[in-house]
Amino acid sequence: MRDGVRAALPLVPGPVLFGLSFGVFAETAGLSAVAAVVMSATTFAGAAQFAATSVLDDGGTAAAAILAAVLLNARYAGMSIAVASIFPGSRPRKLVESQLIVDESWALSGRSGSFEWPILFGAGLLLYVLWVASTAVGTLVGSTVADPKSLGLDAAFAALFLALAAPYVRGRKAVTASALAAVITLVLLPVAPPGVPFVAAAAACLLGLRT
Amino acid sequence: MTVWIVVVVVGLVSIVFKAAGPVFVGKRTLPPRVESVVALIGPVMLTALVVTQTVGGDQQIVLDARLPGVAAAAVAVWRGAPVVVAMLVAAFVTGLLRLVS
Repeated sequence: MRDGVRAALPLVPGPVLFGLSFGVFAETAGLSAVAAVVMSATTFAGAAQFAATSVLDDGGTAAAAILAAVLLNARYAGMSIAVASIFPGSRPRKLVESQLIVDESWALSGRSGSFEWPILFGAGLLLYVLWVASTAVGTLVGSTVADPKSLGLDAAFAALFLALAAPYVRGRKAVTASALAAVITLVLLPVAPPGVPFVAAAAACLLGLRT
Repeated sequence: MTVWIVVVVVGLVSIVFKAAGPVFVGKRTLPPRVESVVALIGPVMLTALVVTQTVGGDQQIVLDARLPGVAAAAVAVWRGAPVVVAMLVAAFVTGLLRLVS
């Protein structure tokens, strides 16, 4: 577990800044501070939380906001299946601890080539605490903080995922599948509803069927 | 009310998604072909995230200060920079471009 915390330390600024900006964003979008913190504590997935909140902010329906978040989070079903076998203990324990699966903890836990539970648990726990706490602080800071965009936070978030993706995009199959995913996303971005290009890109995983 | 419906439903669905593997699939091993599909989820979804975060807009492709920022971060990653450096590079370049434009 300590290894997991240590592995996640370089990432700390990411979730903290992202959590802060989610808190601020939720506040300006009309979520109460309590709603924002409850969302961070139960959903624990930045992109989905931002997507749902921005749909609400744009005046979208509850259904549209939910669909955007569910589509963005569908990847967690696949990711959790990928790490299913490393979780120890009873089902209730697995139910609780599986909530620590988040892009960063998942990516870190697999960087040695096979998934390691102590890394996932340690990294996930640290990221969870930071995420919920920084969301709370963000709602307090509210509108007094400068526009997170002017600080380049959106680009920093893209860079975070780029850095996390890099170790995985090795080998011809992974490179081809990633390139295909990028193309699918780019083609669908202008035409499909928010969240859909992202989910459609998952089809690129089917390249794995070719042996 | 709408807000709370969204918060609760999204929370519950996320909990089920994350528990899907450990709670419902368990230690059963997946067939090799499925394994090989699952192995691609990481690179594929992270790549899609990078694309949507870099050029995604309101149902359109938006080329703005994010792109040079992320490109600079890509160079940093390629040169072996740690994650936090890549993020700072992106934030710095993008923030600076927004400041001067």
